[in-house]
Amino acid sequence: MNQWSNFSKGFLKENPVFILLLGLCPALGVTSSAINGLGMGLATTFVLVMANIVVSLIKGFIPDKVRIPAFIVVIATFVTIVEMTMQAYVPALFDALGLFIPLIVVNCLVLGRAEAFASKNNVGSSIVDGAGMGLGFAFALTLLGGVRELLGSGHFFGFAIYPEDYGMLVFVLAPGAFIALGYLIAILNRLKKA
Amino acid sequence: MGKRASSLPNMVLTLLMITAVAGGSLGFVFQMTKAPIEAAAVAKQQEAIQLVVPDFDNDPAAEMYELTSSEGFPLKVFPARKGEELVGVAIETMSNRGFSGEIKIMVGLKPDGSIINYQVLEHRETPGLGTKMDDWFKPAVVVEGRKEPGTRLLDGFFGIKAGESGDTKNILGKHPGTTRMVVKQDGGEVDAITAATITSRAFLHAVEVAYTTYTERTDAASSATTQYNEEEGGDNEPVE
Repeated sequence: MNQWSNFSKGFLKENPVFILLLGLCPALGVTSSAINGLGMGLATTFVLVMANIVVSLIKGFIPDKVRIPAFIVVIATFVTIVEMTMQAYVPALFDALGLFIPLIVVNCLVLGRAEAFASKNNVGSSIVDGAGMGLGFAFALTLLGGVRELLGSGHFFGFAIYPEDYGMLVFVLAPGAFIALGYLIAILNRLKKA
Repeated sequence: MGKRASSLPNMVLTLLMITAVAGGSLGFVFQMTKAPIEAAAVAKQQEAIQLVVPDFDNDPAAEMYELTSSEGFPLKVFPARKGEELVGVAIETMSNRGFSGEIKIMVGLKPDGSIINYQVLEHRETPGLGTKMDDWFKPAVVVEGRKEPGTRLLDGFFGIKAGESGDTKNILGKHPGTTRMVVKQDGGEVDAITAATITSRAFLHAVEVAYTTYTERTDAASSATTQYNEEEGGDNEPVE
């Protein structure tokens, strides 16, 4: 498979959030600001790439019936490593994402790529797939977070654009996440048709 | 590449190997990050203390002692001294009356009990509503003639102005003994955060608890200083 299309499919053609609708729990939960979305996306990308590498390396040794538990252990290990590393070196970001880092384990995007791609392809393709999908996920989360932050609190990446009092508060809260995601999916579908 | 058969020994062995390697690598990372994680927690505490009390030259964390509030939870008190003189105390206080979970704040009091500054340490309030408490109760910062902090792009274009509010939001420099630390809705003297009255109540409650617990203890202590020192001798070690 052409490595470039393998990489770039994560951004638009098979974007995890906008097209595959995978990993929506963190996508809706943490994206109250653009920076939170970006941080969560990059943490997921790291886990995705590392899990893809390991899964594609050990795929030959794992009996079929226990492949899912084996994948979960690999993913959980990397998530815990990310969690401890963030807590140690970027405590501010850890405070903001806190609860959601352990949830990367159950993000079906990570398990989905391990099962659907890494367990059938070689290491190189798996890295490219993990990076593309992860960055596509980060892109989607940042976009969603940016829209919600801008409409909800008048900020963008923490910079004030207009007075906070005129923001539509609902976009910062959970219902706004669903509304914003729905409109973003609709816009992207329209753009794809054009 | 041929898959290995899903026989029982194969499955057990594979899972055992994977979990063993996973456990080993986690132990290694834990060892690596243990010290930085602790250092980060200490740095956060130090930063909060420095923000809420004036210049000091002792080590407040080393002199930390605990008080128990009337509701039974522990408050950590960090005395800040310059030379021999007590210039203020940083009190780590909390309230569980928030919108969701506990609110932990570090509040700095002068020896007479008036509030110097505060810093929110930990909370799970609603983003965009309760989270405003980080700055809400501090005086409005004047940035280039504007009352609100930061740049306001649309101010110049449309003449939109952020809601003006008087000094009643601000609690810095006030004395909980003379200014009632209760939101206006409840007959107090402090403006609650717009759309986050519950958070405001919990926040002010935490401040109030810190003040009453600390002043009660110091009143008792000043009448029997020697006794107090002996009593507190064992508690001076930092408690996790």
